[in-house]
Amino acid sequence: MRIAVDLNRCQGYAQCAFLAPEIFAMHGEEALLYDPDADEAQRAKLAQAVAACPVQAILVDAVDVPAEAVSGAR
Amino acid sequence: MPWTYRPRRCPVLGDGSLERLKREGRIVVVGASLAGLRAAETLRAEGFAGSLTMIGDEPHEPYDRPPLSKQVLLGRAGADRTALPRLRSVDATWRLGVPATGLEMAARLVRLADGDEVPYDRLLIATGVRARPWPRAAEAELDGVLVLRGRDDGAALARRLAAGPKRVLVIGAGFTGSEIASACRERGLPVTVAERGAAPLVGALGGVVGAVAARMQREHGVDLRCGVMVTALEGDASGRVRAAHLSDGSTVETDVVIVSLGATRNTEWLAGSGLGAGPRGIACDAGCRAFDIRGIVTDDIYAAGDVARCPHPLFGYQFLSLEHWGNAVSQARIAAHNMISESTERIPHMEVPAFWSSQFGVNIKSVGVPSLGTEITISQGALDSHRFIGVYGYQGRVIGAVAFDHARWLPFYQELIETTAPFPPAFPTVDRRSDGQRPVDADFPDPSVPTHGPTVTVGGYAPADRRMTFTPAH
Repeated sequence: MRIAVDLNRCQGYAQCAFLAPEIFAMHGEEALLYDPDADEAQRAKLAQAVAACPVQAILVDAVDVPAEAVSGAR
Repeated sequence: MPWTYRPRRCPVLGDGSLERLKREGRIVVVGASLAGLRAAETLRAEGFAGSLTMIGDEPHEPYDRPPLSKQVLLGRAGADRTALPRLRSVDATWRLGVPATGLEMAARLVRLADGDEVPYDRLLIATGVRARPWPRAAEAELDGVLVLRGRDDGAALARRLAAGPKRVLVIGAGFTGSEIASACRERGLPVTVAERGAAPLVGALGGVVGAVAARMQREHGVDLRCGVMVTALEGDASGRVRAAHLSDGSTVETDVVIVSLGATRNTEWLAGSGLGAGPRGIACDAGCRAFDIRGIVTDDIYAAGDVARCPHPLFGYQFLSLEHWGNAVSQARIAAHNMISESTERIPHMEVPAFWSSQFGVNIKSVGVPSLGTEITISQGALDSHRFIGVYGYQGRVIGAVAFDHARWLPFYQELIETTAPFPPAFPTVDRRSDGQRPVDADFPDPSVPTHGPTVTVGGYAPADRRMTFTPAH
């Protein structure tokens, strides 16, 4: 599950770090670190974190990547 | 807040060519990057049903760069696991691992390195920037001399750090260099930072804030050397880097050198095309439409992200080129919208610039264009505590703000910038500590002295204040 956090939006509420600590961690007082390619087993927790983010800064896959994207085929 | 103006929808009086473009046109995106991907998603979301071709010089699908200098260097994520999430299906033809080598504007086609030619009706250029290499080629090729920009760079550097080098040398203390130094210290590696300016981050944030960054580095055990240049890198008999010689006569023994001297815009492939592209980027209007070399705006070529250079109404219509994540996303969406819209429905890029960095456990975020500022006041917190807001003033108005571990306040300051609020701010603020409200010189370096660092390049044709900021071409 691919993840990107819009850190312009992120305001360090740390809801994600509480709900999905395997994926998100606070680094110091405010900075956020996250696993950009989280394990499938964390899907439910990730969904909770996405929903709980007060500024909706967590971006996750909405679709599967078509095979062409990774193969480089024409 | 993001831009909110929406023009009224007008009845379409055109000849139907736009409807045809949306139904069966050909759109080519050069740059399979954050900007390229978000543009492609926007095109599909807005009903573009024609053919979409994504061209990328790297063999990888679009990936996210910020983790490369943070999670990846700390060993918490693999560089090969930063692919960007897909917000919707883009149904594109992907040409990855093949750079674009030329543009024929009259024939409307892009030439590729493998000899192919890809025709387009609309073209988006999102080729970004690349790390500026160490200028002496023989020294740059020494084993252990690296840059950090792409995914492969991130993987290579993470491997070097994991191997436990005896000392790392970072050349250049801009944001990337400082983040690398931070990751090294967190991993317990001895690190020396050599910076030509008076302090880290000085090009982007000025000397007042740069002094805080310098203190943070030293408190975390970085051997920070400011006001020096690296004059030569020296290798051993087997071609591995072993030492660096500095302009103050000193020598640093090191086995990993990371060159963090800023970036060069990827516009060489456009040479001779007639597009208004050069070392400073591709000149565009506020709707991301590229200019040709005659200063006439094209109607079929757009640019977005690091490579674009657009006039910003909030900043005196100066042409800004920004190496910011949010800028890439927002320009990509605007360019994609505009290229399939009637002229009355096009939207300008008016987002207030914003960026972030995290280093030495401190979250650094900024809005506006601090480097335009001449004065700074610490409106909240205190410099000593590494928790503060610095507000930048320019000709009596608020032009930018930076937060060290105070990010939640930034939307407030963004509003001041958007409403051209007076500087210094006249109101009292909460959490105001020792530094008070008195503005002081923000202490930016003399723009005529070359530096590597600013992430914002300001130049061009401002009616009020025409100013040149030095941007090294190499």
